[in-house]
Amino acid sequence: MHKLTSQIIIGFLFIIHLVNTNTADAKAKQTVSIAYLTQEQIAPPALSNLDPVIKNKGEIGAELGITDDNTTGQFTGQKFELKKFIVPVNASVADVFNKNIKGKFQYILVNLPADQLNPLADLADAGQTLLFDVGTRDDALRNEQCRHHVLHLLPSRAMRADALAQYMMKKRWTKWFLVTGPQAEDRLFADALRRAAKRFGIKIVEEKTWEHTYDARRTAQSDVAVFTQVDDYDVLVVADEQGLFGEYLEYRTWLPRPVIGTQGLVATSWHRTHEQWGAVQIQNRFKELAGRWMEEQDYAAYLAARALGEAATRTQSNELEKIKTYLFSEQFALQGYKGNPLSFRAWDGQLRQPVLLAAPRSLVAVAPIEGFLHPKTELDTLGYDQPESTCQ
Amino acid sequence: MKKNYTALSLSMALIGSVQAETVFVTLEKDNALAVVDPIAGELIKTVPIGQRPRGISISPDNKFLYIATSDDNTIKIVDATSLQEVGQLPSGEDPETFALNPAGDRLYVSNEDDSQVTVIDVANKKAIKQIQVGVEPEGITVSPDNRWIISASETTNMVHWIDSKTMSISENTLVDPRPRAVAFTADSKQLWVTSEMAGSLTVLDADTKQIVKNIKFAVQGVTADKIQPVGVVIDQQRTRAYVALGPANRVAVINAQTFEVEKYLLVGQRVWNLAFSPDQKRLYTTNGTSNDISIIDLEDQKVTKSIGVGLYPWGVAVKP
Repeated sequence: MHKLTSQIIIGFLFIIHLVNTNTADAKAKQTVSIAYLTQEQIAPPALSNLDPVIKNKGEIGAELGITDDNTTGQFTGQKFELKKFIVPVNASVADVFNKNIKGKFQYILVNLPADQLNPLADLADAGQTLLFDVGTRDDALRNEQCRHHVLHLLPSRAMRADALAQYMMKKRWTKWFLVTGPQAEDRLFADALRRAAKRFGIKIVEEKTWEHTYDARRTAQSDVAVFTQVDDYDVLVVADEQGLFGEYLEYRTWLPRPVIGTQGLVATSWHRTHEQWGAVQIQNRFKELAGRWMEEQDYAAYLAARALGEAATRTQSNELEKIKTYLFSEQFALQGYKGNPLSFRAWDGQLRQPVLLAAPRSLVAVAPIEGFLHPKTELDTLGYDQPESTCQ
Repeated sequence: MKKNYTALSLSMALIGSVQAETVFVTLEKDNALAVVDPIAGELIKTVPIGQRPRGISISPDNKFLYIATSDDNTIKIVDATSLQEVGQLPSGEDPETFALNPAGDRLYVSNEDDSQVTVIDVANKKAIKQIQVGVEPEGITVSPDNRWIISASETTNMVHWIDSKTMSISENTLVDPRPRAVAFTADSKQLWVTSEMAGSLTVLDADTKQIVKNIKFAVQGVTADKIQPVGVVIDQQRTRAYVALGPANRVAVINAQTFEVEKYLLVGQRVWNLAFSPDQKRLYTTNGTSNDISIIDLEDQKVTKSIGVGLYPWGVAVKP
């Protein structure tokens, strides 16, 4: 307790020190106010207790992004303020939004489940706000259900499935056994995988749904072997986003085949095994701040804060129109520690980015995989390209 | 001891008369230093040097090499002839890039994780000051007239002008995303800055700190996001400048008077850092992922040779 207090004091002194440095610059401060909105979630069931439940995914990423923005701001006369709104499980997000955010904040980082994003976006004045979605991966939210005042920071399911498919093409694993869980999200990811298979000329030779039953005779050891007795295939592709059975598959299949998808080799925007392109620096800085590894939502929230910071710095403005125009302009190039500069797709607000393909302890590849070409940028070989988009 | 030294300088003088020079390359993944004879076009030897060596510089008198061994958290002082370690400098954590002042008595290190520049008194091997800069400082250089120390922060997208007398920031210039390397012209009048994410180079006026020119690179057949400028060097007369373009596997040749890009020379993969030969007739490039260095003949503007050196060649220094 005593140690904590002294840390706070040291932190406080540091802030004072920074402020002093600022005054040396003697520039008038322009403030950019940002809200971070999330709701506490009930911890979902898990296969094991290996990974602790993380309650502040996203939050610390936003904080680190704002800190970095302010380091720049001390030299440019801008100040970035983050106000966090964490709605309790049973409370109404809409009430909190209407009471505390609406009309007060123009820039809002939203970390909410997919079904809550658009109801919230529709409460906001589309002409007066810009929402940064740091929590969803739904393709529908980027296509037919898109909103023009919402930017999506995480790769969509289609981008992830395309990344996996490109890698499997490279490995010539072109006969898939697709195993889908019973959840709605699993079916959405399976749809994205089928789309990817079609795009890259991959054959899904077998498809099965994993049912959760309570038969005492079922064990992972016996059950998976029986379940996977199908015609020959190259690779088992699994869609189990919550992780309720996917981990059981590896090493237990009837035929010795790799597992890829949501378990085994996974497609993600960020991973603890990622070290290239300066990633070590942000991994270290994040760990020091959070005391844990950076999760995907943290990375998304970090990028959201940095994108906003970059636009505000370059335009020397906190006005919505100027910032939004800059974010969609050719000049906008965000450093995301993944080699390529990141930018937003004008047609659906999706952040263009490389997708990491990671095993639990090693980074296997980074998509787009070499050889998959695109006339504008290879990053657009992942997900819905402009001609395919149904965002109106 | 003194006798030895005379014999040594004599042998060095002899080598000098046939214009031999030695190229030193840090090998990030081999934990070693490659020693290359560029005239013969041969790798002479590879010596263990410490964990994850990256930045490298040679003292103005060419007697010592300074090598940042990042995972040892130090900068090693190595005798440039015997290649024996003779000391260490307190660089702070994970040193990567650093710069020596013209006199060779001050060394400035970028501390990426702490957003700091550490100033080291070389003779006393002591850190004498920490200067707070932007997020993830990387590129660092000292102007030839010793007026400015420049630190470029990758995430803040700025170059900080640190006054060498007061050792504090006097001005900041915003540049294109992810500035990597910084280099002054020999007359100290211009600062050239590469921006990795924007695929561009910015030339700044050292008096006004304003942008004189922004050059955007474009290579036929290479997508824009592969063009990631890193190392930059400008020749003594400011005739030409050369920029390493990372995964575009090219070195851009720029007319340093008109700022026109004259040519792109194909070198090894992920070309990072550059160094001139002492007579400025050749340019040496480290190619990170093809594990070699390229030699460019600057009179013919042609790549004449590539020499395999080891895993992840990073920095390069040349001893006359």
